[in-house]
Amino acid sequence: MPSAQIIVFFILAAVAVLGAVSLIVQRHPIRSALSLIVVMVSLAGLYLLQGAELVAAIQIIVYAGAIMVLFVFVIMLLNAGEEERTNVSRIARYAGLPLGFFLLLQLAWWVGRGTQGMATVAGQSPAMTRNLSRLLFTDFLLPFELTSILILVAILGAVVLAKREN
Amino acid sequence: MSDFFAQPSVWLVSIIKVIVVMALMMTALAYLSWFERKVVAHIQSRWGPYRVGPHGLLQPLADGLKFLFKEDPTPGGVDKLVYFLAPFLAMSLALCSIAVIPFGPSPLLQVANVNIGLLIILAITSLGVYGVALGGWASNSKYPLLGGLRSSAQMVSYELSMTMSVVGVVLMAGTFNLREIITQQQGYWLGFIPRWNLLAPPFPQVLGFFVYFVSAIAETNRVPFDLPEAETELVAGFHTEYASFKFAMFFMAEYANMITVSCLATLLFFGGWLSPLPTTGVMAWTLYIPAAALAACAVILFIDGLRYSTKFGRIVLPILSLALAGLAAVCALDGVVQIIQGPFWFLSKVFLFLFFYVWLRGTLPRFRYDQLMSFGWKLLLPLSIANVVLTSGFVLASMSK
Amino acid sequence: MPSSYYLVLSAVLFGLGVVAFVFKRNIITIFMSIELMLNAVNLAFVTFSRHLGNLNGQVFVFFVIVVAAAEAAVGLAIIILIAKHRQSLNVERVDLLKL
Repeated sequence: MPSAQIIVFFILAAVAVLGAVSLIVQRHPIRSALSLIVVMVSLAGLYLLQGAELVAAIQIIVYAGAIMVLFVFVIMLLNAGEEERTNVSRIARYAGLPLGFFLLLQLAWWVGRGTQGMATVAGQSPAMTRNLSRLLFTDFLLPFELTSILILVAILGAVVLAKREN
Repeated sequence: MSDFFAQPSVWLVSIIKVIVVMALMMTALAYLSWFERKVVAHIQSRWGPYRVGPHGLLQPLADGLKFLFKEDPTPGGVDKLVYFLAPFLAMSLALCSIAVIPFGPSPLLQVANVNIGLLIILAITSLGVYGVALGGWASNSKYPLLGGLRSSAQMVSYELSMTMSVVGVVLMAGTFNLREIITQQQGYWLGFIPRWNLLAPPFPQVLGFFVYFVSAIAETNRVPFDLPEAETELVAGFHTEYASFKFAMFFMAEYANMITVSCLATLLFFGGWLSPLPTTGVMAWTLYIPAAALAACAVILFIDGLRYSTKFGRIVLPILSLALAGLAAVCALDGVVQIIQGPFWFLSKVFLFLFFYVWLRGTLPRFRYDQLMSFGWKLLLPLSIANVVLTSGFVLASMSK
Repeated sequence: MPSSYYLVLSAVLFGLGVVAFVFKRNIITIFMSIELMLNAVNLAFVTFSRHLGNLNGQVFVFFVIVVAAAEAAVGLAIIILIAKHRQSLNVERVDLLKL
């Protein structure tokens, strides 16, 4: 009976991969957006599994709860319809998928083989939020301030772009 | 995590806790709708529901049966997956946040004690925007789309000031764990003022509470911020095209959000399960306040039941009052008195917040949409940021002494 | 819980993001595949952070999320302008530098 951690990992990983495949397969952009939200939430679960609590919370609050809301708004505003079907060549469809899958298996196998020596480390201390924020304000202060300027520039850019159509 | 599944006592207790909390929550949602209708009616000088069962107490049951058996048409041209997903998403997310809320000091009264409990509630609230946005879009109609977009834009805007207003509390408490935030509000300063975050040194979070509560009302789409779903505007907003059971899910999601936000306000600013009066020494009689309150309710209900107009009411209401009196007697027993303190104070504070919500609904007119957005961005967000700056200044000053 | 499992998952998600980027024709879906790739990279960062016992990886995840937010805001503003001008969200129709 494998440990509970491995079972939860495989469930979350399967959900993430299914979400990503659904992103590719769905024709309507709003369903792709929903699939991406599913991927992000399952990734937040994987972060929690690894003990990164603050990153998991930030992922859901910012990524799944704000950035994806922006995507969903834009899709709704632009009234994006379904994509049209193209004529995919038959070779691509019948040989491409199995070959691609085989390539994926190969890559996964070799990545797994190459990183097999990596043993797990004991979990982080419970004061991780405190340590993380201390790092953010001491060692990484310059990137922190630069990202705040980056966000300011992005806000200004979005406002200028939105006003231009007047 | 492996030891969670290995010990049946742990996961069995968790499952039982989840079932109990879910059952209590659904009952509370149903009777919150009854409470709202009664209070709004009395504010408007009328009686509200009073025919279905004594004092209209069976009205939620009747409403539930109606929602189950009414025809549930699906409008043409909708995206079926998203149409069915939106109310389900809204309700399940709204019910999730109760899992981390502690109802009392005992570990049995909280389903999950997580180190980032506060962040989890904020995360679930930010995911709740999807129920509204997708519901509005999936209805394939102009009014729901506009209502859904407006409503979700409002929720996203007020989410910012809500999150920032809570940062002051986190700065003073030093942790995201809800249980620890409450235990740090114990004690009194100046001898008699309880050390709740609303009134506590180094910086009383009055501004934070004001911004938090107003943002929470806007976040849950309640009056005076309910323009996107008001009956006189935009037909009914994002839930126009939803009938019977799916509408009931949106409805319950809104009430569940109200309850969550009231619980959070109690925990963060009003001391959670802590009693406002000291319970030791000469004030030991305050331990019997729960029993006394329940006994008073029982007496009032008994007298009212004896004089009720219908025969059914004259039988049922006195029986209910006797049950309440029995509960009051149980609360006065020696073993139970200590245990009942926490949940009683917590639930009464949450009840006061819910009453305030309903009172606002019966009293205030609603904001226009542009007034609403400018209020959120131009007043509440700068106020909450100012609160963070002031709180951090005072906390730093008190730490360096 | 060996770290290699997480790294393989990260590689798979990144690969799926690349596939979506190459094969989809709606601008917004292509943009979303970029976000998927960034998420896969975040997973690798957190895995390595746990493996090395160092919190620097998680700090970097913060910065990746912030940069993704800024990029999404500006990118979507540009996409709205292009869509209003070209009346289409098909990437094959936006192949001239002149708007």
